[in-house]
Amino acid sequence: MSITGDAEAAARLVSFGMRPKQLPGRDVVYAELVRRYGEDSAFKQLTNAVASGLGLMVLDVSTQSGAVLAATDESVFEIKMDSYARQSKIRERRDTEKVLHGLVHLASAALGYPRPDDLANDTYIGRVSVEQVDGVVREACRILDERAAKAEENNDPLSGAPELEQAWRAYARRPAAAATKDGRLASDTTRGMVSRALRFLAEQGFLVQVNAEQGGTYRTTPRYQVQVRELAADSAFEELLALNVVSVGDGAGTLRPSISDTL
Amino acid sequence: MRAPGDRLAWPAVRDTELIGGGLADEGLARRLKALACTAPLHDLDARKAKLDWAEATVYQMAEIALHTIDQVAIAMDFDTGADHHEVVRRLQPFIAAQAPGRKADEHVRVGRWVLDNLINVGTADRGFRRVYGHVDANGVYQRRAFDFKLLIELAAPDGEVYLRATDEAINVLVGALDTDVESAHIAAEVKLENLINRGRLADAKLAAEQARYRTVQYGETLRAKLDATRRDVRAVDWDTEMPEMLDSALSHIESRFRAENAILKNITIARDEAEDVDRKRRAAELVDIVGDCISRHTQLQSRLQAAGATFRAEQDRQQFSGPPQRATIDLFGQLLVPTLELPIADAVKPVERFFQGSSGLTIPAVPSLSALVSLLLRPAPERDKLVGEVPEPELVPPETLDYYSDEQWRHADELLDLPEVPRRLSGLLAEAREIDPQLARLVALRALHSYSPEVAAAVRQGDDRALIAIDDGTLLDDVEFGGADLLLASAFIDRSELEISGEPS
Repeated sequence: MSITGDAEAAARLVSFGMRPKQLPGRDVVYAELVRRYGEDSAFKQLTNAVASGLGLMVLDVSTQSGAVLAATDESVFEIKMDSYARQSKIRERRDTEKVLHGLVHLASAALGYPRPDDLANDTYIGRVSVEQVDGVVREACRILDERAAKAEENNDPLSGAPELEQAWRAYARRPAAAATKDGRLASDTTRGMVSRALRFLAEQGFLVQVNAEQGGTYRTTPRYQVQVRELAADSAFEELLALNVVSVGDGAGTLRPSISDTL
Repeated sequence: MRAPGDRLAWPAVRDTELIGGGLADEGLARRLKALACTAPLHDLDARKAKLDWAEATVYQMAEIALHTIDQVAIAMDFDTGADHHEVVRRLQPFIAAQAPGRKADEHVRVGRWVLDNLINVGTADRGFRRVYGHVDANGVYQRRAFDFKLLIELAAPDGEVYLRATDEAINVLVGALDTDVESAHIAAEVKLENLINRGRLADAKLAAEQARYRTVQYGETLRAKLDATRRDVRAVDWDTEMPEMLDSALSHIESRFRAENAILKNITIARDEAEDVDRKRRAAELVDIVGDCISRHTQLQSRLQAAGATFRAEQDRQQFSGPPQRATIDLFGQLLVPTLELPIADAVKPVERFFQGSSGLTIPAVPSLSALVSLLLRPAPERDKLVGEVPEPELVPPETLDYYSDEQWRHADELLDLPEVPRRLSGLLAEAREIDPQLARLVALRALHSYSPEVAAAVRQGDDRALIAIDDGTLLDDVEFGGADLLLASAFIDRSELEISGEPS
């Protein structure tokens, strides 16, 4: 095939990756390109180069997930947290809103892949619901609260320094639900935020709605697994390492849940 | 002999002790928090006069608030709490009793207003915050924030929002602030038995109600533990801690059954033997309350008995994991929990990175004519299920606009600046009328006002003079105004003596 033909095919694979709901299993051309990416290393390099020229990186290309792409910093494809967490209420602190939304996304992934093994296992499909995600974070907050109370020092936040308040306090303080005049769910409650996050992830092709039970129940897609495993978890983990708050697991490299000793 | 350094160190230690370290200080903080819980109730009464939709001073808002918390606490059982409308409806007789002459609409509105304020609708957190001082181990005074809620809203599985009273609210209501659940429970029972023995049934009813609130609170504590198990088996220690807790809870219920059945028997006898009608009625109420307590215990007991089965079912469902196939991150234990523990300012970066990594791409929209046409022809999208808070503002009527213009005020100031010779009001009115017909009225009003000048206010405001009017008996001869033809003069305020001098004749 000619160079121009190859470039076109590579660009087409990238453009398939931009449509997250399109899957190789449902499209012959897509499936063929995915197969070629796996077998032809020159084509693979070309595709990666096309993607990187556009400000994208290829996280994975497989039959289950298709081409999974991520935006590099400052790329036109990047979704800014600032615009996602934009709030009509100005009086609330911006950082607090951002952290709450971020925690909700983190918790959605944590519930979708509760054990390290689930994240590693390509065939694992997780289930999340609005009620569960909120419940998981609240439960963690409760444990942290108990732990703080056990420490026997006064741990109420300092009134003069709201930015030093721990994130779990902000989450625990925010109501789970609130009634509005027309009976809809208020968006600045935690359940409102979770509901929004799950619908957003479904629009991005990372979740598929199963039913409306428990405020909306979704299952995860292989695409989401790749996205969380290959990029999101690591980059967040690095940030935590930079803040010196995470201890790396033992020599075997297996990272075990560390929560069981706190209750 | 003491070293000089020792002597210097003494006062510092004493100061710390004086500010209050150790236990005494902890008690202070606890009492301050308890006090804070009552503040929202006082606040209601402080603000009721400002309501513009009703003349609400006749209502005792704090009483209504306590009654509201009562209603919610009674309606709380294991699965649900109280519905907003139901609570407001139940409040009606109580509110109506306070102002029988008012319309039912207003009673409903008062009920809703109190309920909204107890939830604190309109703030993002829907809670209250009080700042209190705390002296830490080093003797440094710090201001800390105490966040609390009185009523919280929760979503039921069917999507309905219902109310529950928080521990703080129940503590405020019962009046036993910051006490151990179990011991307070027993204390209430003992008190009840005492009261019955002495025949003081009114107090006995109160104690029985307190015992019931304690029962509800105790049920809440256990419910939280069971919920945690249902979410994640690993989060709860089912090896030793949970069986122990279930055992102690069951034996607790057993002893309560014994005590309450004994009490029930006693009061039933008291009810049947009482001859005084009022006492008979109150004993009957007591029987109802204790009966309710027993049924609540029964409910709690059946939950406890089902707990083991819940655990086994959850264990099957949340199957145990094999060894990880490759090194990955434990999202919950290694990302979520550490991030939750970070201060807000530090947590922004990790969550932002995670969001960027997991949110995927946004595809920039490319405008095209054909797409635009179909976009415009598209039927209106369905309303978003989520909506921002629409607070109902409490409007304050605007300041009445100034009747007189700045210009007129300036003219009046000039006319009434009379530092040396006092002048008659009639002359001033005539002069004012020449400048502006309306000005005469302003001058007359200000003259009248200065007949009883607020000298103290002028001194406080730092004015150097005040207008003084004197009535010497002359009648005012004017087309527009009648009364005394006042003598007007500016009096200087002698600040050095803080006395008024230069007063005219």
